[in-house]
Amino acid sequence: MTMARVASSRRSFLGHSYNLVGVVASLVILAWTLVAIFAPYIIPHSIGDIVDDDYFGPMRQGLWLGSDYLGRDMLSRVLMGARYTVGISLAAVSIACFSGVVLGMIAAVTGGWLDTCLSRFLDAMNSIPSKLFGLVVVAAVGSSIPVLIVTLAVIYIPGAYRFARALAVNINTMDFMTVARVRGENTVYLIGSEILPNIIRPVLADFGLRFVFVVLLLSGLSFLGLGLQPPLADWGALVRENIGGLPFAAPAVIVPSLAIASLTISVNLLIDNLPQKIRDRGV
Amino acid sequence: MTNLVEVRNLRIEATTDAGRVVEIIKGVSLDIADGEIIALIGESGSGKTTVALSLMGHARPGCRITGGEINVNGKNMAALSEKERAKFRGTDIAYVPQSAAAAFNPSSTIMEQVIEVTRIHKLMPPEQARKRAVELFRALSLPDPEGIGARYPHQVSGGQLQRLAAAMALIGDPKLVIFDEPTTALDVTTQIDVLKAFKSVMKAGGIAGVYVSHDLAVVAQIADRIVVLKGGEVQETGTTTEILSAAKHPYTRELLAAFEPKPRQAQADAEAETKELLRIDNVTAGYGPVRDNGLPLIRAVESVSLVVEKGRNLGVIGESGCGKSTLARVIAGIHPAAAGDIVFDGKQLERAARKRSQVQLREMQIVFQYADTALNPAKPIEDIISRPLAFYHRLDRQQRSKRVDELLDMVHLPRALRYRHPSELSGGQKQRVNFARALAASPKLIICDEITSALDTVVASAVIELLKELQRELGLSYIFISHDLSVVEAICDEIMVMYKGERVEQITPDKVKAPNHPYSKLLFSSVPKLDPAWLDGLVRDPELVSQYGHR
Repeated sequence: MTMARVASSRRSFLGHSYNLVGVVASLVILAWTLVAIFAPYIIPHSIGDIVDDDYFGPMRQGLWLGSDYLGRDMLSRVLMGARYTVGISLAAVSIACFSGVVLGMIAAVTGGWLDTCLSRFLDAMNSIPSKLFGLVVVAAVGSSIPVLIVTLAVIYIPGAYRFARALAVNINTMDFMTVARVRGENTVYLIGSEILPNIIRPVLADFGLRFVFVVLLLSGLSFLGLGLQPPLADWGALVRENIGGLPFAAPAVIVPSLAIASLTISVNLLIDNLPQKIRDRGV
Repeated sequence: MTNLVEVRNLRIEATTDAGRVVEIIKGVSLDIADGEIIALIGESGSGKTTVALSLMGHARPGCRITGGEINVNGKNMAALSEKERAKFRGTDIAYVPQSAAAAFNPSSTIMEQVIEVTRIHKLMPPEQARKRAVELFRALSLPDPEGIGARYPHQVSGGQLQRLAAAMALIGDPKLVIFDEPTTALDVTTQIDVLKAFKSVMKAGGIAGVYVSHDLAVVAQIADRIVVLKGGEVQETGTTTEILSAAKHPYTRELLAAFEPKPRQAQADAEAETKELLRIDNVTAGYGPVRDNGLPLIRAVESVSLVVEKGRNLGVIGESGCGKSTLARVIAGIHPAAAGDIVFDGKQLERAARKRSQVQLREMQIVFQYADTALNPAKPIEDIISRPLAFYHRLDRQQRSKRVDELLDMVHLPRALRYRHPSELSGGQKQRVNFARALAASPKLIICDEITSALDTVVASAVIELLKELQRELGLSYIFISHDLSVVEAICDEIMVMYKGERVEQITPDKVKAPNHPYSKLLFSSVPKLDPAWLDGLVRDPELVSQYGHR
């Protein structure tokens, strides 16, 4: 009986079955993505303009999300902040996952000394605390968007590598890998056509998870003042600069926190509820 | 209530991913009397395991019992709650799984696991349970019955573990024991010991049994009655002798026909001058660190030589662990030899595959035992088959598509199957795809590593027929590796017997039938015959058994 209920709570569309939580989560992500792309065209005020006489102003008509510690429009700053938070995180996580997964698959397929060297080197990288690493890099070369992207990517490569290597090692022992090797295939074919299709789903899930980590780390760095520099602000920086509004229950400190939460939770929920391709054996 | 088990009109359904309901068992009825052993036979997917499990009131995940009655010892298992059913499991009904190796917990001793049932059901104090277990070990003719319980599962052999699983099932004094293909994973020489032990214990205790198998010859030895299942329905029921001598249903006849020794058609060019295709001389290979003499520490293959002639087949036979699969991997270059020469088509081959030329790789293909792992589950069949076409023959998309159709026709698969994924095919279909991929390379030699052992009898004999047919059409040669003598005899011109990494004998079935070497004799005499009296009448030279059998 339970099976029947589980089956009916999933709907199907275009040969895929999905459920409601996944749909809501993907709508939230889609909304934030659109905001990130079109932010400059939809913000009511420029992010640097002081539009309120009061600081930490409440929500009211015209200033829908209140004003920040200088009296700037919070709505505009959150919308523009989406751009930096989503953009930087996405770039960093793409670089991290791409390099990590490719290196991981190569290490698994090749084995031997290459695998050993790569694994030990990345293990060493992994042992450096991420915030400390970010701190050192920013202190040494200064904070800018490219530096942030590269730093965040470097921090998350070892994890992606370990994950992909562990998956690929399992696939590598299968007979079809032996068949492909005896056929004389090269490494590029082996990792691209034999291994990748088998690990792509967990890798995508890992991508989403790592995206959440990057968003949180970026927000954390910005909160410490090591991230984006004023007047630019991502969500983490918005929380930090408005932290003084906490005693007044100012929307200026709550709204960016909610923004971070909504994005990261949605990504997590989407990963857990990805649409599944229906393949019916009996037909 | 006269019978121990009365199943009436049993229906079991499953729900697919798409929410479609499939009926797996369509109204099965059967009776088992006290102390009677019933065999459920049928091909894979016929529902025999599902029926057997339903006797415990158990349906596998995704399945549910939707109708009918399962009366076991006067209780309707289908109507009881899970908690009530659990009370009878282990005490009234017990289960012996197919793979005892996977069913034992590797991190606790055998004795603890065998007497666990008595602890769960509070049947007897642990001391008494241990004594009872040792009695059972003795009854199942296990070596060192006093001490074997203290060992861990990995310290005993597969045949012993299977008997220990039976001891675990029997300790709660059940009235009914369900055996789920308990000897399928064992060597023939070990299978005999296990069957004998099962039979004597069941007869001595007057315990009823359900024996699930696809091997009719094994079933003939142990069962009183046989129930033939196909497509979730009972096709035929009868006593063992009735079924064996006068089967009525076509499917049962097909099963029986798979056992008839098929006369090998004499090769058309048998008299003609034969040309050597592959010759290996004194090849040694193994695992572990290389010693000073250049040979590895553990040698799985010890100076083996063999010759395969064009258009003829060589069978390699031996028990598991005798080095036959390593030999296949050495020839294919997957596991480079430590010493010896491999000459293929007149040219010396490199030992490692990656140093061989593309033409050499193409002309020698290997087909593995488990089609499940040999086919990439993430790719549709057409991609799997067309890759060798693109890689070796550089065909363009259209030519590839045409050739895939031809290859699917060749292995007797419907063309529409090309869009499916491997998980959507049956075992026999997968093995055919596996074979079609090897054919796509247009090889001269195909090494078949136990390709029929994962398949049931009828499907296996169909695959063997296919291999013969393709050989006639394409002039292929096979190296056929198996532990199943009947399969090898059906297709091979020469049979090489391997034991502990060495070649002990070469037999030509056409000329000399009788093996000379003692191990070959033991191996040949251990293959079950359809005759129900075979096991009881089997007398084996005790010296031979102690020398070569693994008890």
